[in-house]
Amino acid sequence: MFGWCGKILEINLSEKRFRTFTPDPDILIKFIGGRGLSGYFLKEHITLNWDDPGMPVLLFTGPLANTSSPFSGFTNVMSRSPLTGTIGDSSVGGNFGTQLKRAGFDGIIITGKSDILCGIEIHNSKIEIIKVPHMAGMPTGETGSILKDKGSTAVIGPASENGVLFSNIIFDINIAGCRNGLGLVLAAKNLKYITVKGTKKTKVSDPNDLEKSKEDILRLIYASPVLSGSFGISKFGTAALFDLINDRRMMPTDNFRRTYFKHAHLINAPSLRKLYNPKDDGCPQCNIMCKKVIRTGISMPEFETLSHFSALIGNTDIETVISANRFCNETGMDAISAASTLACFSEINEKKLSSSEILDLLNAITYKKGEGEFLGLGAARYAKMKGHPDTAIVVKGQELSSYDPRGAYGMALSYAVSTRGGCNLNAATIGYEILRKPVAINRFTFEGKARIVKNSEDLNAAVDSLAVCRFIFFAASMEEYARVFHAVTGISLSADELIKSGERIYYNERIMNAENGFSAKDDDLPSRFFNSYGYKGSDIKIRPINRKSFLKARTNYYKARGLDKSGMPVPETAKRLGL
Amino acid sequence: MQNLLSKYEKKLVKSGLADNGDPLLGILDAKIKWNKKGDTIKIFEKTFERLNINSLIFSKPKEPYFSIINYLAKNSEGIIKPVDCETRTFFHDLPVSFEFNTDAVISGLKKRKCVIIPNHGIIATGTVGIEQAFIAYSSVCFSCFVKFFSDYLYAVKSNKPDKSFKKEFEKVLNFVNPPLSYNHRLMEGPFTSNADAIGAMKETGKLMVDLKLVDSFFGNISYCRNNTLLISQTGSSLDELLGCIDLCPLDGSSCSGITASSELPAHLEIINKTGHKAILHGHPRFSVILSMDCDIVNCLKKDLCHIKCPQKRHIREIPVVSGEVGSGLCGLCNTVPEAIIDKPGVIVYGHGVFTSGIKDFNEPFMNLLQIENDCYKEYLNRV
Repeated sequence: MFGWCGKILEINLSEKRFRTFTPDPDILIKFIGGRGLSGYFLKEHITLNWDDPGMPVLLFTGPLANTSSPFSGFTNVMSRSPLTGTIGDSSVGGNFGTQLKRAGFDGIIITGKSDILCGIEIHNSKIEIIKVPHMAGMPTGETGSILKDKGSTAVIGPASENGVLFSNIIFDINIAGCRNGLGLVLAAKNLKYITVKGTKKTKVSDPNDLEKSKEDILRLIYASPVLSGSFGISKFGTAALFDLINDRRMMPTDNFRRTYFKHAHLINAPSLRKLYNPKDDGCPQCNIMCKKVIRTGISMPEFETLSHFSALIGNTDIETVISANRFCNETGMDAISAASTLACFSEINEKKLSSSEILDLLNAITYKKGEGEFLGLGAARYAKMKGHPDTAIVVKGQELSSYDPRGAYGMALSYAVSTRGGCNLNAATIGYEILRKPVAINRFTFEGKARIVKNSEDLNAAVDSLAVCRFIFFAASMEEYARVFHAVTGISLSADELIKSGERIYYNERIMNAENGFSAKDDDLPSRFFNSYGYKGSDIKIRPINRKSFLKARTNYYKARGLDKSGMPVPETAKRLGL
Repeated sequence: MQNLLSKYEKKLVKSGLADNGDPLLGILDAKIKWNKKGDTIKIFEKTFERLNINSLIFSKPKEPYFSIINYLAKNSEGIIKPVDCETRTFFHDLPVSFEFNTDAVISGLKKRKCVIIPNHGIIATGTVGIEQAFIAYSSVCFSCFVKFFSDYLYAVKSNKPDKSFKKEFEKVLNFVNPPLSYNHRLMEGPFTSNADAIGAMKETGKLMVDLKLVDSFFGNISYCRNNTLLISQTGSSLDELLGCIDLCPLDGSSCSGITASSELPAHLEIINKTGHKAILHGHPRFSVILSMDCDIVNCLKKDLCHIKCPQKRHIREIPVVSGEVGSGLCGLCNTVPEAIIDKPGVIVYGHGVFTSGIKDFNEPFMNLLQIENDCYKEYLNRV
């Protein structure tokens, strides 16, 4: 078999045993890998609670990993989200996917619950479950450093162990498998870490054609201003987006009460670069190197963290942003959700947070101290508990990211209908609504957006299933990756057929959410976005979203997606997609 | 959506890419909206149903494109391989379908953003907008034009244009515009406000397209004032620059220019090397065609001309350099700025022309026009 290993590792922590199995090759082709295979194997368990020992955590990579395919080797981690109750997943870079393939596996399925804090160590076919009670409460950086000789690492920190609903899994010391609180699912299994290392090679069907297709993709990368330009991600990391989003007047400010941050120039990417002179870092074999690090273990904040720990909570101190980011990584806590929950706290209590209060509250959340115990439940639960549910800026219980939906209506629709709660990545409309790729489209209209959002979700589901970096698709398209896929696997699927697989994968997620009761009532935005302006300037106005237009776009989306009027899956579509 | 359909229908006609009444355009949201009725709609409804697209353009191209595309398609064995660098980078190759039915159309469009149906026209699609389909359609016309004339020149130099090629060439040449001229002054610089500079950029960009010197999406433009570079955004249309100009402070204090043209590094370096303020870049056809005509045989860098040409080449006194789009090691930002010093302009192999001016766009515009006219005349000399 080319591309895939054709072998999946299943570990049961309750019984302390493991087995491997070979999936039907048809399943590999239909669901590709990464997010697709994770979803396929999660489906039969999806109605279990997230902390039920039977609920699996799945880590899958794709057929391109461990080959010279450009920007491949991502890992998708999936389970049921403790924060939202929807499917929860995250696609992360780093070395985990590559090492998993080197060890001989396309994916790992972990079920059960260990009776004591443990770690899983995989070295080729040798699988060990190690008791590590002494690692309880250990920060992620320290855990990762201790384990680094054992290969690539996925670890949780004290936030997970203490029950924070938005806790993360940290890969390779400084890459967050973020959103949805998946770190807590590992904690529920008493699993502190997973390491994986291997020496096997992945067979490639046509190495010569792979090299040629790689050249095509690299040429596109260099032609992309967003990735390789003078102000692009390669030079500044994702913080490069900070000025642009603020200039477009869609920077969530003061808990989404405004959309322009007048102090942006103090905290933008050039300021960070000047102050810290960060070094480039990134995934193996990456030419973009989007990660910027101050020194080992200390990363520069990503755009969303930078924005939420400044504009969203009214903080103008750059050092506080760096410290908050570092704290979230070390404790294994989602920075977007943490900052958004603090913004909610700030609004409810009508209190501007000082630098020390921000850091104290993060500490309180991690260690369940005082108000921190309730803040650790996330903005939605906290705001409801305090009698101010409208102050939680969430969709399906997950805090929104750093793009105000009033500034880009495709983003508004995609936040609402995302399968993993308030998420800017499922459709990633920022590409064409703001970054002009592949073309620019009018951001202040819902016209045409239903189909566009659906198409983008399908594309991105396919990308996450090939386990390729999303950023590349600011430059390349599925046309180039269809050729890479063919060169690696020997299987001829067109760009459109790969995206069709994405449609199947996405619909499978809608089916899983429907089984847990999610419907149109959950595909909605907070009322704030329909009632208030974000910005009123002479040049540009960020108006409240017209609710009628939003609902019409949502209805159109359901039609484009092949759902019924309530947003529920229908047998005809499922059958058409082979589900 | 009706507005978008109407806009791009008019743009196809105005750009000389289709005759009035020919283009069929459709956009799908919950339902497909068409700009007109037609027999072929049945085929395209199925296309929308089966492909992950949201927009489609089908049209018979206007002459000379119709004849050119038919000729290339007839001799293509199913795939036309463009020779210009931009189309090679972004489109790779152009599929041809000799049948015009649902399955054949879908089969071609599953692989690429466009498919050519000989004697019928071009079908181009977009996944997020009709503008994508327009760019694909326009690129097919441009790249086929360049390939046709390049192939003919090569055939002449190899003493082997067959009769049918010669006949087709003579027919096509009748449709090609004579050398362009323009006798008016553009806005005079140096510009003392951003508004004036943007006004001049809009005027120049629109003129380049209106004169059909370049196609709408094929070029970029910048002006430097007050330590800030004003530059057209990536993927912007030269004749529609309103709201599509980024301000990039030269001190690097902001990243707002992340959406600036992919040629931003070249523009910055030209300013740095020449002290000029106004820069123009476009893809005029005969400059592109002629830049690829090289007599050197047994060159060690054969097939790498676009990135590593070792020769010092000129067309008349204009340097021809290698270099790809953007900022890679082989990017044109490494070759153009040095070559443009004290020259009226630079031609990038298989790509386009850069010109620059001290205070406004009069000089770079006239230089670009002159270079294209000279290349046209030189082409005729060579064939």
